Formats: sequence, structure tokens, C-alpha cells
Amino acid sequence: MTSPLDKKLKIKGPVLITANRVGDGAVIYRTGEGGWTTQFERAAVVTTAPAAIELLDAAVADDLGAVGAYVAPVRLEDGGKLRPGNLRERIRLAGPTIDLPLMAAIPAVGGP
Amino acid sequence: MRLVKSGQVVADDYIRVGDDAPIPDDVPAIVSAARLIAEADAILRRQAPTGVLWPNSRRVAELAPHLDRLALVALEFPKFRDGRAYSQARLLRETYEFRGELRATGDVLRDQFMFLLRAGFDAFEVKKDADAAVFASEIARHSVFYQPTGDGRVAASRARLGRPA
Amino acid sequence: MYVYDDLDRTLLAERVSEFRGQVARRLSGELTEDEFKPLRLMNGVYLQLHAYMLRIAIPYGTLSTPQLRMLAHIARRYDRGYGHFTTRQNIQFHWIKLEELPDAMADLAGVGMHGMQTSGNNVRNITTDQWAGVAPDEIEDPRVWAELIRQHVTLHPEFSFMPRKFKIAVGSSSHDRAALRIHDMALRLYRNDAGEAGFEVMVGGGLGRTPYLALTIRPFLPARDVLSYVEAVLRTYNQFGRRDNIWKARIKILVHELGPEAFAKEVDAEWQSIKDGALVLDPAVVTDIGSRFRYPQYERLEDSPAELARARAADRRFDTWVNSAVSNHKVSGYAIVTLSLKPEGGTPGDATAEQMDAIADLADRYSFGEVRVGHEQNLALPHVAQRDLPALWRALDKIGVATPTIGLVSDIIACPGLDYCSLANARSIPVAQEITRRFHNLDLARDLGRLHINISGCINACGHHHVGHIGILGVEKNGEEFYQITIGGRADEEARLGILIGPAVPYAEVADVVEDIVEAYLELRARPDEIFLETVERLGVEPFKERVYATR
Repeated sequence: MTSPLDKKLKIKGPVLITANRVGDGAVIYRTGEGGWTTQFERAAVVTTAPAAIELLDAAVADDLGAVGAYVAPVRLEDGGKLRPGNLRERIRLAGPTIDLPLMAAIPAVGGP
Repeated sequence: MRLVKSGQVVADDYIRVGDDAPIPDDVPAIVSAARLIAEADAILRRQAPTGVLWPNSRRVAELAPHLDRLALVALEFPKFRDGRAYSQARLLRETYEFRGELRATGDVLRDQFMFLLRAGFDAFEVKKDADAAVFASEIARHSVFYQPTGDGRVAASRARLGRPA
Repeated sequence: MYVYDDLDRTLLAERVSEFRGQVARRLSGELTEDEFKPLRLMNGVYLQLHAYMLRIAIPYGTLSTPQLRMLAHIARRYDRGYGHFTTRQNIQFHWIKLEELPDAMADLAGVGMHGMQTSGNNVRNITTDQWAGVAPDEIEDPRVWAELIRQHVTLHPEFSFMPRKFKIAVGSSSHDRAALRIHDMALRLYRNDAGEAGFEVMVGGGLGRTPYLALTIRPFLPARDVLSYVEAVLRTYNQFGRRDNIWKARIKILVHELGPEAFAKEVDAEWQSIKDGALVLDPAVVTDIGSRFRYPQYERLEDSPAELARARAADRRFDTWVNSAVSNHKVSGYAIVTLSLKPEGGTPGDATAEQMDAIADLADRYSFGEVRVGHEQNLALPHVAQRDLPALWRALDKIGVATPTIGLVSDIIACPGLDYCSLANARSIPVAQEITRRFHNLDLARDLGRLHINISGCINACGHHHVGHIGILGVEKNGEEFYQITIGGRADEEARLGILIGPAVPYAEVADVVEDIVEAYLELRARPDEIFLETVERLGVEPFKERVYATR
């Protein structure tokens, strides 16, 4: 499986840097202030490969704060609202697309 | 890098000699595999102890004919994830009965000390000084082993014979 | 099941302590992620999309009730209240925090459980038939041998950094329920004409990007030689398996590149030098390990007790469930009960902490305190007295594990897929859920008969799609989820890889495609009791391909 990190960096639109937090594995996004946030809207968004590489290098160097940093696409909607750029990133942000078992009702007893 | 033997950091008696350099007569020296194979007779007639750095991509069977005149075999872990030298070590110790110094070199880290020791290594070029310092305490953390190797430690299956279930 | 003694417990405790130290060194920065990653993998700790994932080994799929209750505790205390049973008889928790893992592992060690070698380039959980020890067609309980091998390969100093993972399965029945031939190494226990116990040794199976079925490299290996032979195979693999390309690093590639004869010769050359050494299996050791397995004190009972027949006649739902989930037991008066973790619209293989606790209580009451985990992601109670089936069923029904679809179209095997897994290209769970909704009609499901659907969210094939009667593989095309469909695969003693029927179809159409395939089957089958797989074997894929792609 090709990790996003292994692909030659080609930017086809706005991107951010994302990773998982070392201590608890939470999804995090690189900020413009050289840190990380769990809040997607606060992610630093760049539009050129050199900018993305710079952001990525700094992220990767933060071995204590984050694990598995990579470049992920975002979409900028009309009005400037930031959205994840593909299904994988939507799922990382919002969680699994299915109900977790706790939320599923246990089937009713009885019936045909 | 620190050399650890018998659980302690020690000075390295051996020098590494490049393929094009003359080998000093009276100093323990480690040569490359290629040089050993090419110049075996000359090298192994040395008085001083001789060692070889054997790559993990070559069968140790090729080295076997020279073992009785080698004082040291150094095996390589280019990355600690590349575990070929564990098999080489066990073959050297258990199949070919090599009794000289078996040295682990390369990406040698604390978390592999116990595996290395059990595979038959007795000398360790430890990458990080901090790891070298804790060699003995790292080994002391392990007292139960499920399988036998050539290191003489009793496997659990034997140790429990005779004890009630 | 195997009962731990102080040696086993000490080994685990030492491992927990070691891992606690390693986690601390990672969190302090003393260890880089690059150095830490193989160490956490060796303890079953993955990084996934949302969080870390902990995979816990359930050796040969056998659980005691204290162990099952501990899994419920882990789900509640360290995760989000549920766990996922996998296609290798393990369990996974998907919301784990690294900083809490040492405590979770200490809790697990208290009941003899761990995540050792459920990941990493080492020998993984050794799986068997989940009916081991109780199936009528079994020659001998393979779990004693699985345990002997498990101990041998656990924290093995030589084989902890192999080119890639190594999966072993052990089987011992005429019908292969352990999917032997898709494993790196499979050992089929049997007795030769002279009555000696030994193993057929098969090597080189594995799914994924280049699927292969294992080949027999030794038709009969005397049982006393099994550890030395396994050692020789692993040593050959460790030295000569490819390390240049992660997609070519499994032993199946080595076996097929050398050819099975040359490979077997290489193994044999190594084996000759160690076969009479320390690894010869001392009968005393085999007896000792066997003595540490607890077997039930079965009562003397008759088959088909009157109360069972009465209950079946009185309650059609109960009768339906018995037909689906209850299987013959080698001891008269007893039964093997399969607990379905495939409710309509549910995630295949998931169980909540409440379900786990309830199942543990029922296992204590009705199954001598033992539960099994199957690679098809269902559970089993292996020692149920037939007279207890009515009461058991009522209780199982209440907790939602009595869906009477075992082995049918909606008993789907699916990996977690893109909803959880960082390797995935596409989702698998919602595909499975939709299929179960389309086929919720039990009469239809029963009429279709045995039909194994396997879904994988990526080419790593953790859903074993290659060997599904219908196999579904998620791929990505231009940012969209597409699915390749194969048919005709099987994982048993006649193992076969499925055949692609045509171009991949989009996410929204997968359930439609399954319906089309099923419709074609209903029209084409020679008799109602010719199952789908047999129809495909008789007619090939063309008629199904035509039906599916007529309008696509």
C-alpha cells in the first residue's frame, strides 16, 4: 500500500498536513503556528508544492507530537469554507460512516 | 557507538582494515568478506587474531571452511528490521560450532539485546550510548523463554516437566 | 483450553513491563517512531485512521469466560464499548490510546491474553478450525499442536524480524474449516497407514496482491519432527525471502520463484542438520502440554432429547434457528452452537461489551465456560447439551446473536475497510450492511442456501475475498469507490481462487450486482439443493457475467 508520504509531491489544489497524535492517536492537523490542532478549520492550507513540503518537513520532524504526517487534499467551498478533499479525509474527520454498535438497536425479540 | 561484551562497555581491541590497506601484523584486525575469501591463506596465517565482517546476504556456509582460524565474526544489521543475521548467528554457533567472538554490528538497539544474545552473539556494537549503558539491566528483564537456542537457557517446555498442571 | 502456569504468566508479565518501558521511551522522545513502530507492532498496536488499534491474539480461537469478560472490560475501559472479531480468530479494538496501552496490556495479562505477534514480521496467531476438539469429523484435537507451535514461535529470537509476516494454520478434519491453503504454512494432522500421527505440510499460501494457494512440500511429517521442520522452513524464509519489495516479501513468492521442489530441498537441507537435535518433540512434553488443556466433564446424554423435539415443534423461530446455528457434536447429547455476529444492518464480527458479558454468562451456564471465535467472524459455544438449546436460544435471541443465517448470503465476512483502516481504498462494512438488508427475507436466504460472501476494502485481502463464493474487492478509481466482483472461490479442502466477472462497479451498485448474481443462480441451478458454488463450478462465470453486465 503506497503511503501518501511516498508519492512524489504534486499539488493539484489546496492541501493541508495531517497526522495522528502520538499519545492517543487522535486525528490532528498542522497549523500555521508550527503546532497541531484537532480542529479541522484551524489547519494551515497551502497551494504550492514548496509550501507543502516545508509544512510537511516541519511536521515530520515533530516526532514527539505526531506520527504518520502526510499531505492531504482539501476543498474550498464558495464562501471559503474548508472541507476534506476526499472520502478518506472525510472519514478521518467525521468518524466511520456507519453506526457504531452501541448506537444500533438490538433486534426486537419475537416476530416471524 | 559503544562495544559491549559480558554486559559491560569495553574498548575494542580490533581495528577495521579497508580492502586496499595493508593489514598490520600484530594487531587484531577485521577484514571484509571479499578480502578474506580472496586472500584467505595469507590472512589466516597471521599471528594476531583475525576477524571478518560477513554480509547478511551471503550464506555462512561459504565462511565455514575458515572458521577454525578466525577469532571473530562480525555480522550485520543494516536496519534492525533486517533479521537475516539472527539466522546466520545461530548457524555459526549451532551448526558450525563457531566458538570465537560473534559480534553484532550496524543498527544494534536496546530492544533487540535479548534476541541477539539468544541467537549467539556475545559482542555488540551498540548504536546508542544510552542503550549500551543499560545492556545488563535489559537482559535481566527476561527470565522465561519458550524455545531453546544454542545459548543453553532452558526452554519453558522442559522447565515445566514434572510440575503439576 | 490451555491453562497458563507461572512460566507463561511470568513471560507475559515481563513482556508487559518491557512494553511499558518502550511506550515511556516513545512518549519521552528517547525512541523515535521509526524505532518504536516495529516494537509496537510486535505487541499488536497499529495506527489506523482515527486512533491506534489493538489486536489481541485469541490462540486457535479458544476463549475462557474470564478472558471474554476481560475483553468486555477492555472495550468499556479503553475503547468505545465494542470489539471486532477478525478473520484470523483475533479481536481488534479501534479506538485505543497509546498512553493507556500498558495498563490495558497489564489487564489482559491477568487472564493470559496479549497482543504479541498479532502484527509485525513474525509468526502470527496460529489458527485452527473453531470446532477443534468437538467436531465429529476430527481426527485429533489440533489445538495441542497449535499450542506447542505457538510457544515455540513466541518471542523467537531468530524469527522476530523476518521479511514479512508468517501465518500458520493447523487442521485435523476431513472437511477443512480452517482455510488451510491460504496460509503461509498449513499443517494438516492425520494418521498414516501405519497409524502414526503426522502432518501434511503445505507452504506458500496467501492472498493479497498475488494470491496463491499453499503447496504440499512434505506429504507426511512425523509429529515428533514438527518443531524442527517449522524451524527449518522459517530459517529458509528468514534468510532467502525477499526484502527488497514489500509486495514480494511473503514466503509464497519465495516458494513460487524457486519452485516448490527446489524450495522443499532447501528446507530439507537445513532440516537434516537440526532434525535430531533439541527440537525433537519429547513425548513427555506433548503429554504435558496436552495435560494443561481442560476438557469438559461431559454427562452421559442421549441425542435428540424429547424436550428439544417438543420445543422445535412448538416454536417455528426456534426450529429455524436450530437448523441454522446448531451443529453435530462428537459427544452424544451435545451440540456446537454458532452465535451470529451478523445481524441485519450490523457490522460483521462486531460485539458490544454487554454482548460479550452476556455471552460469557451463557457460556458458564451452558458451555463449560468456553467460547470459540471463528475466522468467519462468528462465535461458537462448543459444549452445549441439546436439552439446554431452547433456554439458550431465548437468551441468545435477547442479546441479538441468534440471527439464523449461518453460512447463508447475509453471513458476510468483511474487513473493517475504509471506515477504520488506513490501508483501505474503499469501505466494506456499509456494502455488507446493504447486502444484509436486501436479503433480510429468511425464506429467500434459506432457499439460496450456502453462499459465502467475502468483502475486502483493499488488495491486502483481510476479508479473504479471493476465496469467497462471491468475492468483493474495494478499489479506488478517480477518488470514487469501485468494487471488483469475483465468483467461485472457496477456502476449504478444495480451495480455489475466485474469478473476476468483469469491470469494477460503483459503490451504489454492489448490492444490485449481488442480486443479479443471485437471480442468475436461481434460474440456472440444476436442483434446489445445488448450491451457488456448485452452479458456478458447473457452468463457469460466463452466464453470471452476462447477467451482471447486460445493463452495465
